[in-house]
Amino acid sequence: MSASHPIVEIRDLTKTYVRGKQRVEVLHGIQLDIPEGDFVALMGPSGSGKTTLLNLIGGIDSPTSGVLKVGGQRIDDYGADELAKWRAETVGFIFQSYNLMPVLTAQKNVELPLLLTEMGAAERSKRARLALELVGIGERAGHKPNELSGGQQQRVAIARALVSDPTLLICDEPTGDLDRKTADEVLRLLQRLNSEFGKTIIMVTHDPKAAEYARRTVHLDKGALVQEAAH
Amino acid sequence: MLKYVSLVLSGLTRKKLRTTLTFLSLAAAFTLLGLLQAVNSLFSGAADFLGANRLITQASTSFTQALPMRLMPQIESVPGVTAVSHSQFFGGQYGEGRSFFPQFAVNPRRLRDTYPEWVMEEDAWRNFVSTQDGAIAGRLLAEQNGWKVGDIIPLNSFIWTKADGTRLWEWRLVGIFDGKDAEWQKRANLMYLNYGQFDEGRVAGARGLAGVFVVQVADPNDSERIASTIDAKFENSSDETKTQSEQEFQLGFIRQLGDIGLIVNLITAAVFFSILFLTGVAMSQAVRERIPELAVLKCLGFKDKQVMWLVLAESFALCLLGALAGMLFASFVMQFLPPEFPITADAFVWGVAAVSVLVLTLLVGLPPALTAQRLKIVDALAGRAGDSPLELALRKAIEWPAMGWRWVMGRPLRPAETDA
Repeated sequence: MSASHPIVEIRDLTKTYVRGKQRVEVLHGIQLDIPEGDFVALMGPSGSGKTTLLNLIGGIDSPTSGVLKVGGQRIDDYGADELAKWRAETVGFIFQSYNLMPVLTAQKNVELPLLLTEMGAAERSKRARLALELVGIGERAGHKPNELSGGQQQRVAIARALVSDPTLLICDEPTGDLDRKTADEVLRLLQRLNSEFGKTIIMVTHDPKAAEYARRTVHLDKGALVQEAAH
Repeated sequence: MLKYVSLVLSGLTRKKLRTTLTFLSLAAAFTLLGLLQAVNSLFSGAADFLGANRLITQASTSFTQALPMRLMPQIESVPGVTAVSHSQFFGGQYGEGRSFFPQFAVNPRRLRDTYPEWVMEEDAWRNFVSTQDGAIAGRLLAEQNGWKVGDIIPLNSFIWTKADGTRLWEWRLVGIFDGKDAEWQKRANLMYLNYGQFDEGRVAGARGLAGVFVVQVADPNDSERIASTIDAKFENSSDETKTQSEQEFQLGFIRQLGDIGLIVNLITAAVFFSILFLTGVAMSQAVRERIPELAVLKCLGFKDKQVMWLVLAESFALCLLGALAGMLFASFVMQFLPPEFPITADAFVWGVAAVSVLVLTLLVGLPPALTAQRLKIVDALAGRAGDSPLELALRKAIEWPAMGWRWVMGRPLRPAETDA
């Protein structure tokens, strides 16, 4: 696929939540294309719908209407099991609060997505080790999350997101809990994954400095796209 | 499946203290289950003649109904029978009723023939035979009471009245017997009384009654046939008999207390009901604390059912480990029980334990497992995870009376909802 070919195609996408007797439409007719190999920052005020949009693209929530294609597949009408399988093969998630399993070592945390594959234990271990080395934390493979700093934990989370070689990385405020210096290191790592390994990255952030690491920024407000800007 | 084992076990190590306490509760419950079901198995088992070289013939109605002495020659005539003795439970109390031990009125010679496991000096046997009011005591019993040969032992029988209307019988201790080996030595805590004084002393109407017959057989493999032959001899007579192994007969004493199976099952049920709550709460709490982690697993591509099975497997692992520890400890304890109480953790007991593990796993594991299954990733990551089915049921149970009260008071049935 060429760099301009959209990996994410969104047409007339809406999302409505029902709370009690109230219906709240949080996304209104979104139109968005994200080319393969892009690094997009989704920005906007709280309640603008950026995390909802990210969740829909990542296949952890389903749209109310509209078309959502990722990698040429319409995922908007997938069932729960189909979506789970699709996520395992296509998407890597990176969260603000890392969401690592506290009782597992960094190595075992990174191996988790590989449990869903047919790989043997030795191969899983080798792949996880490689992913940890790629994010610069190979020497801490045997440590548990509470023995690692915030930046190190986020690197483990990135390794976990990468280990199954997904085409798309979904990052929800990945530097929200980190200090500036560590945040910059993590963002540079994401930038490297995008430029050197061709990973398409979609990142929700409040931080304009973090957004500068992306190739372009998409702004949302009140559930609609209001601005797109290339860096 | 093996690749998920470390993931399942890691869930158990998350809160070590809680897991340890739950494990200990389960182990305690299964120790009790093992012991109680072994008792149940012993009492509910069919008559087992395997290896029985001694049979007891009692009245078919109850062992408390004494059989007449005239049956003895007929029993002796059954092929395969090598010796027969008779034995009558005396029911005496010693020392102002505070000390109770079993005593049996027997024919000394016949006792020696049918119970070669009891060993005693030759002189003592001779004295027991020749002393009308003689008695012999087991070594353990004699040591416990500080008795020595020549002592007079007064026993107040709650069953047998003397011809003069009193119940106090005096017995002269003529010997102290012991078991031939360690197992029988542990049983030497009973007393035998010479039938001579017993039969002469009691009221005229009771004389000539033997109690039960102890039948020594030549070949233990022939026990079942001999038992049937004896019972057939007295079928449809005024003295119908029931012949069974010695062990079965001993259990009959305890069965008189009531429906042992029912008592045992009720205690087991009570124990399990308590454990159910303890473990159920612990498992629910463990899953509730891990809701974001379970949501992350789903993010990574684990299907709803896979996450459900992981939680259920965790419950199963905990129940299984607790059950194994409990059952092994119960089996260990059983080795130290007195030989009169020969309970063992047989296949039936292990079967009951296995079924209990499965039932317990489903009862305590399924509610949190279903919660994990229906978990919506977005809600769970945002800290808006729903209640488990059990918690929902409890909430409803609490809400209904409150709604009824609101209706009576003319208020809205539910408080105003606030959106996040």
